[in-house]
Amino acid sequence: MSNTDLKVRVWRGSQEGEFVEYLVPRNPNQTVLDVVTYIQRKLDPTLSYRFACRVGMCGSCAMTVNGVARWTCRTHVSQILQGDSLEIAPLNNLPVIKDLATDMREFFNKWKGAVGFFKGNQTRHDDFAKVEPHSVERQLANAGIECIGCGVCYASCEVVESRPNYLGPAALNRAWTLTNDVRDVQQLERMRAVAGDAGCHACHTQGSCTERCPKAIEPTAGIAGLKKLVARAAIRGSKWGKL
Amino acid sequence: MSAGVLQAKLWYAQRISAMVLGLCVAIHLAIIFYAIRGGLSAQEILGRTQGNILFAIFYEVFVLACFVHAPIGIANILQETFPRSGLARPLSFILALLILVLGTTAVIGVFTGGQL
Repeated sequence: MSNTDLKVRVWRGSQEGEFVEYLVPRNPNQTVLDVVTYIQRKLDPTLSYRFACRVGMCGSCAMTVNGVARWTCRTHVSQILQGDSLEIAPLNNLPVIKDLATDMREFFNKWKGAVGFFKGNQTRHDDFAKVEPHSVERQLANAGIECIGCGVCYASCEVVESRPNYLGPAALNRAWTLTNDVRDVQQLERMRAVAGDAGCHACHTQGSCTERCPKAIEPTAGIAGLKKLVARAAIRGSKWGKL
Repeated sequence: MSAGVLQAKLWYAQRISAMVLGLCVAIHLAIIFYAIRGGLSAQEILGRTQGNILFAIFYEVFVLACFVHAPIGIANILQETFPRSGLARPLSFILALLILVLGTTAVIGVFTGGQL
């Protein structure tokens, strides 16, 4: 071991398993993903992990690094190193398939559960919908549309931990952006889907999702918007009708 | 009414009652600071509160806001902490009843000076 080696403890196994230590040479500008890739290519080819773009667009490389969920491709080792050690584990709140790869099905199914998909009523024969870029709705939607679906917010959310049926910050953020999409025609259905304790009203406004989101999105703000919108729709009705 | 819509309504009720409580607590504290200047006795309190209808209305509003706010919160906490116990609803109903009955009794007590 040289002075420049990193001591990296990596989770091996599935739900049951253990941390295994590897020594990885320290390089300038090294990312956590570089470290994991080095282990897989040079030290132990049986290590499983997930990545694709390596530039912070695809959202597939999120892991728990030193106890905190992060996108590993854009996290430099120098930003988070504690002494000469790193601890890399799979994301929390998701079943582990093997090593650092989690089963994301539930995470994405909850997007569907929150009616987190677009449905319009125009065809190719209609003119383009005109959405004023400075309109309130467009601005609110803009604030949340850069989500890359990495699951960092979901893994950091303590409500997801205590209520496994909670839709989670990413799905609710997506629902919020669509709620502000003036072309969408499923607004009532979406509000019903996100109402209540499996949805937006369970959020504790703790803000871990906002704190950890690598894209600096604020799901907490979107969820607060949904809470108000849905509660008003339940009491007084909304422009789309009453719940 | 679906469970989600009911929960949305409860959330709204808790939000509105929290606003009322915020105001009531501030006024209540101001009253306390005002009332205890130069010492305080039960006689003095009752002297000020007996027959004062504004006082009685204010504190009954306070009691009603607590009656709405606290049980909803307790039910949420119980449901999250003990999801399968079925405790949330009965315990929050009991709490609501206690707050309403004891609170209103207290308001009547200080308004009438203890004689109904």
